[in-house]
Amino acid sequence: MSSKGPIYQYVNCKLLRNHELVKEDLWVRDGIILNPEKVFFDERVAADTQIDCKGAIISAGFIDIQINGAFGVDFSADVDTIEDGVQKVAEGLLAHGVTSFCPTLVTSPKEIYTQIVPKVKKKNGSKDGAGILGLHLEGPFINKEKKGAHNELYIQTLENGFSDVMDTYTSLEDVAIVTLAPELDNSGMVIQELVNRGITVSVGNKPGHSKANLVQGELAVKQGASTITHLFNAMLPFHHRDPGLIGLLTSKMLPEDKTVYYGLISDGIHTHPAALRIAYRIHPEGMVLVTDAIPAMGLPQGQHHIGSQLIEIKDRGKRAVIAGTETLCGRFVTLILSTCCEHIPFLTIHCGKVFALEAATLHPAQVLGITDKKGTLDYYTEADFVILNDQLRVMATYIAGERVWGQSNLETVISRSDSMTDSAETRW
Amino acid sequence: MILDDYDKVSEWSAKYIRRRILDFDPGPEKFFTLGLPTGSTPLGTYKKLIEFHKAGKVSFKYVKTFNMDEYVGLPRDHPESYHTFMWENFFKHIDIDPQNAHILDGNAADTTKECEEYERKISEAGGIELFVGGIGPDGHIAFNEPGSSLVSRTRIKTLAQDTIIANARFFGGDLSKVPKQALTVGVGTVMDAKEVMILITGAHKSFALHKAIEEGVNHMWTVSAFQQHPKSIFVCDEDATLELKVKTVRYFKDLMNLHNQMIAEK
Repeated sequence: MSSKGPIYQYVNCKLLRNHELVKEDLWVRDGIILNPEKVFFDERVAADTQIDCKGAIISAGFIDIQINGAFGVDFSADVDTIEDGVQKVAEGLLAHGVTSFCPTLVTSPKEIYTQIVPKVKKKNGSKDGAGILGLHLEGPFINKEKKGAHNELYIQTLENGFSDVMDTYTSLEDVAIVTLAPELDNSGMVIQELVNRGITVSVGNKPGHSKANLVQGELAVKQGASTITHLFNAMLPFHHRDPGLIGLLTSKMLPEDKTVYYGLISDGIHTHPAALRIAYRIHPEGMVLVTDAIPAMGLPQGQHHIGSQLIEIKDRGKRAVIAGTETLCGRFVTLILSTCCEHIPFLTIHCGKVFALEAATLHPAQVLGITDKKGTLDYYTEADFVILNDQLRVMATYIAGERVWGQSNLETVISRSDSMTDSAETRW
Repeated sequence: MILDDYDKVSEWSAKYIRRRILDFDPGPEKFFTLGLPTGSTPLGTYKKLIEFHKAGKVSFKYVKTFNMDEYVGLPRDHPESYHTFMWENFFKHIDIDPQNAHILDGNAADTTKECEEYERKISEAGGIELFVGGIGPDGHIAFNEPGSSLVSRTRIKTLAQDTIIANARFFGGDLSKVPKQALTVGVGTVMDAKEVMILITGAHKSFALHKAIEEGVNHMWTVSAFQQHPKSIFVCDEDATLELKVKTVRYFKDLMNLHNQMIAEK
């Protein structure tokens, strides 16, 4: 066992595991969560270090699959400084318990994609910042008639099929999610091709810029789409004769083993609590908490740009509108100051702690098909986790077993073996 | 010992084990060896021991444990395996060195060799200081089913039909899923321990208790063998005494004052 690193045992904590909070210890070695029963009976060794968590909750780290920017950085605009910008956001997100994310581009002129897409690379998380799971490209293949905060000028069609996609994005290597409108001509073959390349396809779009009817939505799902971007927001109003994309949540026309996921901003503003509860009650396993955070996250009241538009933060950060209008910009408010700090507690009130946490961990990992590595505290997945207090406030963030954010006096090392390494020592 | 109920039995037995470990004063050169059972009866005892451990009142750092038995062919991490039972209900909560927790390997390629090794490991550890056991309603100790030799050593045993039927509830009621064989320490192996403590609770075990102590040694009630052990103690609750003579019960109750001194705090 000499090639293996020291074993850390987090004790006196509640783990979110298998859809419940259980009083268990978390065992970690070399950035991987261990099955302690196997360590005990196969390796016959004890943990090198025990860390007393003083009753805290431990959950997998949060995964945000839709974040447009933050801390003044706009992924869709800061072309020249995009690498630094992504890095700055990645680092800042650690304090919010986010251990990996998808930098998201809103509908932009073609040259923005051409320049930015090749510069944002997938990257493992570390002390330097949350991991980058790949880009989330929202648009420009969305519907002109329902555009929300996206700039109409840049909206494109798919008349040349997949070549339009490649033309616009130039490369798909570091793309994780594409949001498009399923009612566009040729969307079916484009969806299939994207899915074949391992990319998650989400329908509807940014503030739901799709006026797709249910049949188009069902077809898209059969072709491989798995997610609805922004349930409710800027979608067509619910109509009982054609429920539109919302109808995917209860459709009987989809394969039985297919779960349709949907992004929801749970800040109590973009989605009315009653609407949130509707989604929760009819299709809880599909809910994915997204912040749709904007560059203004953490910025003061006033005007800020997102994409190539001006938006204005009003009411002390409670509302964001397109400048000069009263049109709500989806991803604004709460300034998403915190995926976790603001949204999860809100969701908790309506849906319970376990569900709120899973909507920010397990479900987004399922959307991306990475549950074998992230999104849970299951054995042999990566040790990306957060230590939370009872109000689900983030006290510390860990990536691959290493503490990347948090106060060092939260937990106490209660024992250590003689073999404890120097690197472990410096962590505390 | 006749205690009021299950909880009192659990507490008394846990205190006794703790007392014995503390009095033994184990250290790096001198390990206390403990034989352990599985099943619903000792669960409460384990809970109490864990409680004592968490309160800093007992450590298992210098304790070696030997479990009585394990199913043959059941994956080690199966929820009903005795490895899983011991991990979930005891080992993961205490400070025992994993090197010192011994359980028979029911998946060993050569079960005969595995059993011989087990006996050898027990001898190397200096024999068992205290063997704790439970019994079945048919008076079996470990998997020494009725009819087992009273001088038996660790070996493979085929389970009695009653045991298979009784265990089916742990395997979704499906008889075909219940393991039909087990590796088990022999009656003789337990007899060799310096001291034996048998836990018996519940009315359904009362006839077995009667057979164990009020009639002669009988290989059809293997637990009765411990009548001939120089230092054995049966810890039971009131319900388990239902089949005993009033005279027997009174006699042992009169002795309780004396016996309670064995667990007194020092």
